[in-house]
Amino acid sequence: MVLAMHMSDGLVNAPTAAAFGLIAVIGLALAVSRARADLDDRTAPMAGLVTAFVFAVQMINFPILPGASGHLLGGALVAILVGPWVGSLCIAIVLAVQALLFADGGLTALGTNVVNMALVGVFVGYGVAVAMRGLARRSRAGLLATAFVAALVNTVVAAMVFVLQYAIGGDGVTSIGTVFGLMVGLHLLIGIGEGVITAATVGAVASVRPDLVHLLRGAPPSLELRGTGGAAAGSAT
Amino acid sequence: MTAPASGRRTTGFFVGFLLVALVIAGGLSYLASSAPDGLDSVTLQGCEVTGSEVTGTEELTGTCIAQNARDSATAGSPLADYAVGGGDGTVGFAGIIGVAVTVVVAGGLFWLLRRRGTTAGTAGPDS
Repeated sequence: MVLAMHMSDGLVNAPTAAAFGLIAVIGLALAVSRARADLDDRTAPMAGLVTAFVFAVQMINFPILPGASGHLLGGALVAILVGPWVGSLCIAIVLAVQALLFADGGLTALGTNVVNMALVGVFVGYGVAVAMRGLARRSRAGLLATAFVAALVNTVVAAMVFVLQYAIGGDGVTSIGTVFGLMVGLHLLIGIGEGVITAATVGAVASVRPDLVHLLRGAPPSLELRGTGGAAAGSAT
Repeated sequence: MTAPASGRRTTGFFVGFLLVALVIAGGLSYLASSAPDGLDSVTLQGCEVTGSEVTGTEELTGTCIAQNARDSATAGSPLADYAVGGGDGTVGFAGIIGVAVTVVVAGGLFWLLRRRGTTAGTAGPDS
């Protein structure tokens, strides 16, 4: 079976796979040590459920072009809901379960997949979300826009890291320029789907339990009532 | 500890969240597109897929990145390719198993890693 959702074994050579495996191990070790600060009696079960939710939604390939589909990567989604350190562990667990139980994504390619989606995807998504946090805290529309943009960017950047891995350790049968153009083009479309799913999910959680949205934590609740005025809104655009 | 009412509310939210994941993996998965995803479309660039995936005679003609792809070491797993025992129409069952496994593995790991008794600012003396 050649088709799967994530990188298979053999797409990049062994030294490249090993090098990215090492980066993945170091990144995840750091994530384990930092995640603790974000986990308590309420956020720990939340993070477990977010992981299961990402697994479920990744199964849903949506059509983007005739003959091509896309699925959620989940980087911005987990970063916004549970923070980047816990979030990168969520995605890594999803990828490990997929590779071990479902033969989706190769075992030697697990490091490359973890780097692309669990580390780069999550932290890029988080970076965009933090940059837009003022907007996200101001209104519901701001939160949805933040989730959408963070997800779109995380998808495209994760795709670019695959191109980097291919440039380093691929066999060059397809030119790097072609791979770059196709990966970025297709993942801009997939990123729109990723953005819609992320905004819908974050919006749903925030409407019932805003206290369980990591990005919104520590926001004074009164700000939402007062802060919609012109001065603050004007500075955002 | 949080007040009992707020605890029940949180439990209700968590149960609802889990149900949503189960419905997506167990039901909505039947509607998923079977077309190659973004990455596969790129690795298949230059190749034509001939034969049938169902009968296992699938072959790639031409030159493309995907020809370097090797079967995963877990390709013989009873859940490989999101099918239970390779059976048709079992993607939903595979999805439910996957949700159960991920929630137990992730929930267990995060529960072990968590800071004890620190909810709602009433940190207990235990640690």
